[in-house]
Amino acid sequence: MNFDFSEDQKFLKEQANKFLTEQCETAVFRAVLNDSKKTHSKELWKAIVEMGWTGTTIPEEFGGLGLGYLELCVIAEELGRAIAPVPFSSSVYLATEGLLLAGSQSQKEKYLPRLATGEIIGTLAMAEGPRQPLPKNMDVTFKDGKLSGVKLPVPDGSIADFALVVARTGDGKTENDVGLVLVDLNGDGVTRETVETLDPSRDHARLSFDNAAGELVGGAGEGWSLTRAILDRAAVLIAFEQVGGAEKALEVARDYTMERRAFGRQIATYQAIKHKLADAYIANVLARSNAYYGAWALSTNAPDLAQAAATARISATDAFHYASKECIQVHGGIGYTWEVDCHLYYRRSKLLALTLGGPPVWKNRLVSQLEQSNAA
Amino acid sequence: MDFNDSPEEAAYRKKVQDFLKANAAPKEATTASRSRNRPEAEVLVDAKAWQKKKMQNGFAQITWPKEWGGPGGTPMQQVIYGQEESGYDVDGSFFGIGLGMCVPTVMAYADDETCKRFVGPALQGDEIWCQLFSEPAAGSDVAGLITKAVKDGDEWVINGQKVWTSGAHYCDFGIVLVRTDPGVAKHKGLTMFWVDMKDPGIDVRPLHQMSGGSNFNEVYFTDVRVKDTQRLGDVGQGWKVALTTLMNERLAVGQAGGADFKDLIELAKSTELENGPAIKDGAVREKIADWYAKAQGLKYTRYRTVSAMSQGETPGPENSITKVVSASRLQDLTSFAMDLMDMGGIMVNPDDVGYEAAFQEGYMWAPGIRIAGGTDEILRNIIAERVLGMPQDVRVDKGVPFNEIPK
Ligand SMILES: Cc1cc2nc3c(=O)[nH]c(=O)nc-3n(C[C@H](O)[C@H](O)[C@H](O)COP(=O)(O)OP(=O)(O)OC[C@H]3O[C@@H](n4cnc5c(N)ncnc54)[C@H](O)[C@@H]3O)c2cc1C
Repeated sequence: MNFDFSEDQKFLKEQANKFLTEQCETAVFRAVLNDSKKTHSKELWKAIVEMGWTGTTIPEEFGGLGLGYLELCVIAEELGRAIAPVPFSSSVYLATEGLLLAGSQSQKEKYLPRLATGEIIGTLAMAEGPRQPLPKNMDVTFKDGKLSGVKLPVPDGSIADFALVVARTGDGKTENDVGLVLVDLNGDGVTRETVETLDPSRDHARLSFDNAAGELVGGAGEGWSLTRAILDRAAVLIAFEQVGGAEKALEVARDYTMERRAFGRQIATYQAIKHKLADAYIANVLARSNAYYGAWALSTNAPDLAQAAATARISATDAFHYASKECIQVHGGIGYTWEVDCHLYYRRSKLLALTLGGPPVWKNRLVSQLEQSNAA
Repeated sequence: MDFNDSPEEAAYRKKVQDFLKANAAPKEATTASRSRNRPEAEVLVDAKAWQKKKMQNGFAQITWPKEWGGPGGTPMQQVIYGQEESGYDVDGSFFGIGLGMCVPTVMAYADDETCKRFVGPALQGDEIWCQLFSEPAAGSDVAGLITKAVKDGDEWVINGQKVWTSGAHYCDFGIVLVRTDPGVAKHKGLTMFWVDMKDPGIDVRPLHQMSGGSNFNEVYFTDVRVKDTQRLGDVGQGWKVALTTLMNERLAVGQAGGADFKDLIELAKSTELENGPAIKDGAVREKIADWYAKAQGLKYTRYRTVSAMSQGETPGPENSITKVVSASRLQDLTSFAMDLMDMGGIMVNPDDVGYEAAFQEGYMWAPGIRIAGGTDEILRNIIAERVLGMPQDVRVDKGVPFNEIPK
């Protein structure tokens, strides 16, 4: 057993950290936040593509770097720490992963090389409004090669070139009636409208399909299990983003408490403050350790990947939530202003907590796994 | 990153499994130990025999060097052994404080002759050691202790009282922290000695714990004479020596054992609620998921530490979180399990309540672990100050000679 990243992976992480420290100060986030017309930071996205990160796990034969998931995990952590306003997770963790998992040879040939070069952006469209998307309540339907219905909110839906759409393919309401449908979002029958969200640094849209042409990825009844597999993999990667964000929020909080004085001393000397931040540290360590196991499970496609992913996601969501909310708290009044960065972490933490499905969904799923394995 | 055993690790694991299979009984379905309802003296005899067997087969204190009778193994081997042994109904708890904290302190500060005399017998379970630090007026602030030692020729005379001394009633030796100079600041006037617990001047009085058991004691010292050669470290350096002990404590890490999520899942499966089985209840599932995630987080944190140690790094501060997380988790989990048992949850006899009464036992044990070896609050202070680098609290007694501090 060696439960650590390799020297090369650590080096990659350092490089990513250096790059993002320079290229992605919080001003970059704010530039998107403060301009409702901006969907993401185009400059940063271009720079990230030039670094080759979008092709990290894409095999060389499809124009990628052919690296492993551990490399992608360390990049994810740094993107999370920088709360980067780019469509990386949609295009890389969701769309690319979906195609790598189940795309046909021709689908792979058509899309992967352009995903690697950043020429196109992909996403996964699952939600249909403010409720958990389930086979029994999904309305978007795929019949005779045409897709109809509304997906909302779709991450990076305003800018993505194609989406993998979770849609009803059968007549019933079971998991076997669901398919995963690849749709060109620039084609006919697709209307998009940007929606306002809690974290405007990341684009989300309402996608309306009216007999839009699509093709299946995987078999007609395989969409649900395929989507779960994509979400499991993405959960590990998002957990790394959450760990990065949580650690950054703790640092911001800690630094401020060392500067700020009240009642004649640094507020960092007060125990109520110390214990809050100690608890944030504790949550962060647990989250990091669970994320590491998730990384290993992802990189080896371990049989308990689903369990490891849910565990990592639960811990990481918890950690980022706690660190970001207490970061505001220890700042006092100034922490509640637009100008101070605390709310950026608070916003991002909620987005990441919900983007692949919220904590209740994952906790339920984890216990189902545990029931089956009767606990590891 | 590789989570699987290397070929060497797999071979070692096989060796451990063979040893355990041949020499110990596997645990029953629950995590509770069957020894809980037997008299302590009986359990102790078995525990000593088990320790001896481990020692003879090279599985006692696996990372100790050969010169001290250990097998000179790696931290990873220690982890592998621990993983495998946790499936067996054996008790090593009597030796944790002695072998994990006291004897390493002796090894670090005593002369060769003393080490030769004590290390072997401790390792094979013949002699047990206790830690005599806390006093009625000095626990978290242990450097404020008042038990004193006064030099008399080449001997010292100890008078005072220790308290909460785990195992003192069955221990053979102990390390005791005393004040040798009350005229200097509190940390500077302390000195460490080892003592023979059979000394007639030492009076051990068991305390009745809130759990009903009696694992810890008051220990009175009346004119106990010890030789200067029993001193561990220099006069006035006792605090530094104590930190060695406490550092080992943090490495030995206080993972609060007892009922766990496996038991909770079993309980939830077999418990019928108004709306169906408890395991199908959303609130129950959410709790199980949270506690599982915490347990895994601690487990993998330990593995990260061991991996770092295997690469020659010193363990990071991550370990300081173990006791804080696991003690409260045990308390909350057991409390919740008892809630599921509803009116019957108050019963404590295994025959009446099942699961070896492990939930009830954990519930009554958890408050102790939240205090022992550094309270939750002190550990959070340590994390904030030593890990996050936040400034120390205001200390009104800083630099003040001990005998001028208001008491
Ligand atoms: C089961 C058990 C076994 C033990 N075994 C041993 C043993 O073998 N040997 C030994 O020497 N000792 C032993 N102890 C003693 C243990 O180390 C002390 O009880 C512990 O350090 C707390 O000290 P105290 O009891 O004096 O409580 P106090 O120090 O009086 O604490 C009371 C409360 O005040 C809080 N507090 C104190 N100082 C601070 C601060 N600076 N900031 C915030 N809160 C603070 C504490 O957290 C606690 O909540 C054992 C205790 C228990 C419960």
